[in-house]
Amino acid sequence: MSSTTLIGQPTSRVDGAIKVTGAATYAGEFVVPGLAYGYVVNSPIAKGRITQVHSAEVLALPGVLAVFSHENRLPLPDDDNCYMDQLAPGGSPFRPLFDATIKFNMQPVALVVAETYELARYAAAVLRLDYEQEPHQTDLSKQRGAAFKAPHQANGFYDYPPSRGLPEQAWASATHRVAGDYAHPTQHHNPMETFATTVEWRGDGQLTVYDKTQGTFNSQQYICNVFNLKKENVQVHSYFVGGAFGLALRPNYQVPLAVMAALALKRSVRVTLTRQQMFSLSYRPLALQHVKLGTNPDGSLATLHHEALQATSQFEPYAETVTHWSGVLYRCDNVKLEHLLAPLDVMTPVSMRAPGPTSGLFALEVALDELAYETGLDPVELRLRSYADRNGLMDKPFSSKKLRECYQQAAARFGWAQRNPEPRSMRHGDLLVGWGMASGVWDSSQAEAGAQATLTADGKLTVVNGVNGDIGTGTATVICQIAAETLGLPLSAVTFRQGESTMPAAPVQGASWTAGSVGTAVQKVCRQLREQLLTLAQQLPDSPWRQAGPSEIEFTDGKLGLLGQPETQISFSEVLRAHRLPHLEAEVTASPDAKRQQQYSVNVHNAVFVEVQVDPVIGTVRVTRLVEGVAAGRILNPKTARNQVLGGMVWGIGAALMEETVMDHRFGRFMNHSLAEYHLPVNADIRELEVIFVEEEDDIVNPLGAKGVGEIGILGVSAAIANAVYHATGRRLRELPITRDKLL
Amino acid sequence: MHPFSYSSVNDAAAAVREQATHSHSTFIAGGTNLLDLMKENVARPAHLIGLNQLPLAFVEDTPEGGLRLGALATNANTAYHPEVEKRYPLLSQAILSGATAQLRNMATNGGNLMQRTRCYYFYDLTTPCNKREPGSGCSALGGFNRIHAILGASEQCIATHPSDMCVALTALDALVCVQGPQGERVLPFADFHRLPGSTPHQDNNLKPGELITALELPKQGFAQHYHYLKIRDRASYAFALVSIAAVLELDGDTITEARVALGGVAHKPWRERAAEELLIGQPTTEATFTKAASYLLRGARGYGHNDFKIELAKRGIVRALQQAAAEPRGPRALPWA
Repeated sequence: MSSTTLIGQPTSRVDGAIKVTGAATYAGEFVVPGLAYGYVVNSPIAKGRITQVHSAEVLALPGVLAVFSHENRLPLPDDDNCYMDQLAPGGSPFRPLFDATIKFNMQPVALVVAETYELARYAAAVLRLDYEQEPHQTDLSKQRGAAFKAPHQANGFYDYPPSRGLPEQAWASATHRVAGDYAHPTQHHNPMETFATTVEWRGDGQLTVYDKTQGTFNSQQYICNVFNLKKENVQVHSYFVGGAFGLALRPNYQVPLAVMAALALKRSVRVTLTRQQMFSLSYRPLALQHVKLGTNPDGSLATLHHEALQATSQFEPYAETVTHWSGVLYRCDNVKLEHLLAPLDVMTPVSMRAPGPTSGLFALEVALDELAYETGLDPVELRLRSYADRNGLMDKPFSSKKLRECYQQAAARFGWAQRNPEPRSMRHGDLLVGWGMASGVWDSSQAEAGAQATLTADGKLTVVNGVNGDIGTGTATVICQIAAETLGLPLSAVTFRQGESTMPAAPVQGASWTAGSVGTAVQKVCRQLREQLLTLAQQLPDSPWRQAGPSEIEFTDGKLGLLGQPETQISFSEVLRAHRLPHLEAEVTASPDAKRQQQYSVNVHNAVFVEVQVDPVIGTVRVTRLVEGVAAGRILNPKTARNQVLGGMVWGIGAALMEETVMDHRFGRFMNHSLAEYHLPVNADIRELEVIFVEEEDDIVNPLGAKGVGEIGILGVSAAIANAVYHATGRRLRELPITRDKLL
Repeated sequence: MHPFSYSSVNDAAAAVREQATHSHSTFIAGGTNLLDLMKENVARPAHLIGLNQLPLAFVEDTPEGGLRLGALATNANTAYHPEVEKRYPLLSQAILSGATAQLRNMATNGGNLMQRTRCYYFYDLTTPCNKREPGSGCSALGGFNRIHAILGASEQCIATHPSDMCVALTALDALVCVQGPQGERVLPFADFHRLPGSTPHQDNNLKPGELITALELPKQGFAQHYHYLKIRDRASYAFALVSIAAVLELDGDTITEARVALGGVAHKPWRERAAEELLIGQPTTEATFTKAASYLLRGARGYGHNDFKIELAKRGIVRALQQAAAEPRGPRALPWA
């Protein structure tokens, strides 16, 4: 690298201004000619069959164009493979409008299309459907008998052995022991932007699909497979995404419904979901867990048992890494992990921010707090006594791990040393004060991605990658920083174009890997441009750079020249003009160095310290302070990275204290389906939040050394709050959310 | 949303006449609840009568030394009105603990009384609800009833009235001025809302065609010793699990007058004079307050998820009375639970 002036700087978002002024256009906002509007009708029952669709009454309304249901849908393939998107966990993916079968409550059963949104919505409200209802089962606790081993491999995860060492014997002979049942509730993602797809009918079977997605290419592939269309005829565009948190990883049902309507009507169609309909989509599944921990005489972990039972649908075995992390985070020789799934008459769950450890580490980290009291050790000290230098689950060394520094720096900043461990011992006036801590771990990986770059004679660089529009992480900003620094340009000379399926490929945007994957491709393509520029410069007459090797040349501020000799500089524009070139181009694919990476476990870690104040009379809990130390390799942009971690911390507060989707099992239906009754924190719930990025170097994860911070922020937060509530009140709560009724 | 027609009127008499000429018509002012209900197809009026041109946005003194709040004065303008802040800080505090700044800017005083329950089942057309569809059953009974009533409910309905403002108005003995086809009349606030009984679809005692024109506050505002305690699932923008409006008049440490009204516990703001009489002549001690609290909750029953509200209400009443009895706080304190 010629300089480090941009990467690592707290650069403001390059697209911030257009977002806050409303100039950024989202999937449901594109104005296309002749647009018709679709509104989805959802099932009022959880299981059964549709016996009749009374479309005629609705079609008689002037302006209603069509009612699509299983009775009149376009031909659809009868092969599960055609519905398997890149994240399908196997099984038989849900097929909207395929047949009369009802598999879950709020399942889409019809799409009404009309000249206006209001008319479509009204027609959908009066459309009558007859159903034949069958008994359903939505209660996880009653479905234990039907549980099966979670197919981790089918879900893309390491399929670990069920145990290592001798967990039962170690439990029997442990010095100190704790055991408990833990529950993490169902949660819905609820991004601010509801789901929408605008399909532009361009004639001759050509479609442009404006989609809210975390995977431009995943969406395109799904549409092509379901409707038997050629890729060149389906362009998917995704420029901005108003939050997704995993819910847009797989194509949701508004995508095929909008495409079907457009193909059938041969005109452009938009389908937008309401907030209430957002609760018909996927979610973080309920996780019922049991954890047992036992210690050696020195306080280190002698044994660790973690069992989880999670809900999934009847048709897809969705599994996440609920128990994996219990085999990774601490050193322990005798480990027993079990993850079961039970099928319910519900929609399939999907990844939701830090899917797996959010539920699993809540249980483990609360159990560890219980063990700290059992052993009399400080919770940090207890964790340090079982500090893992290797990933015990996969038996690999870590590529880098600065968790110890996270504990130290965050604890110091928090003032943890002042803690009196005795429950109910600390007060602020009439309020009980509690301090708690917890830890988290997530993995980090790089996926294959492409990048194309064009440097024009005016010295401007355009970098292109098809990754979906920014989900809020600041992707475009970080990519511009990487490109500008690699080529030696000011940030203002770089434009990042993204979000079109005709652009170079990107993986779905999840798993905290976009910065590392797309960023590496962008770095690579810019390095190629450097080489081209140098070659061209060296071909110039009287070139002072002719004999120079790449390491002797400096690229800075749109110029190249001999290192430390500014008088030898020539601008990129001059190089191109001298060769009468309008532009330089390069295109690359960057693949992970799999062979090298597979030798290591690449992980991001955190440590979270929390202060709560509890009103002992009426049970009000306030999180007054939260300090989180994060070790995530190189931080490409401390401002956007901090922003991501803060979002995770806020979400963790909500998860701890209020967030839960409630199912009425009589109807098999989620009942608090609005943001008035599905509670997330508001500004008044949030007090002091502090993020510390611990220095960590990692040359394994990717050439940038960046591990990604999308998931880590939320981890440990809910457990730390539950532990702080115990410290404040003496009440050990193992079930989230910690609402005041549980404290009275 | 079902199609509807719309007309706008300039005075209350015209509004009442207009209502008589349209079947299935409804008045609309701020619309902060009605529009939600219409979008969810819970409310399906064929005609809306817009009230925002009516000259009812006033806040003015009454000859008796009280204050009249126009039905169209917004919640925000009422809460921040200097006379309300000074003379009826309880009301100001209660209003500001409800909804959001944006909603309070739109919502009117009359509309606040007319808002409907936030029962999940009432809002979901796929589930039975006697309030929405008489005779269909009550899904909250035996269902998810964390936010439901513990007092005065019936086997037909266990919904609660969601207002904060109305709890304060109940404690302050406000009057509701209405105008209808038979002319004007005045209802004591306590008689405005109804208990569900066997007619849960009727939230209040307005007769067909009647329009709220004003709320009248009597002279006594309890500006020295008051507290509105709202207990909810997050710090703002959540309906009360339990709320308590408590006001006191004191002679030293002795209570000479007391009012306690509860929100979030019944189909209407809950108040019993007998409980308040237990406080008169008593010292401002926890024991005194606990006695009144126990009396108010003596008939309470839970339905499963909301059992905790009985104990919570008792503790909240004691807390609110303690706060009210504490040093005079002056005008409007921040709502905080």
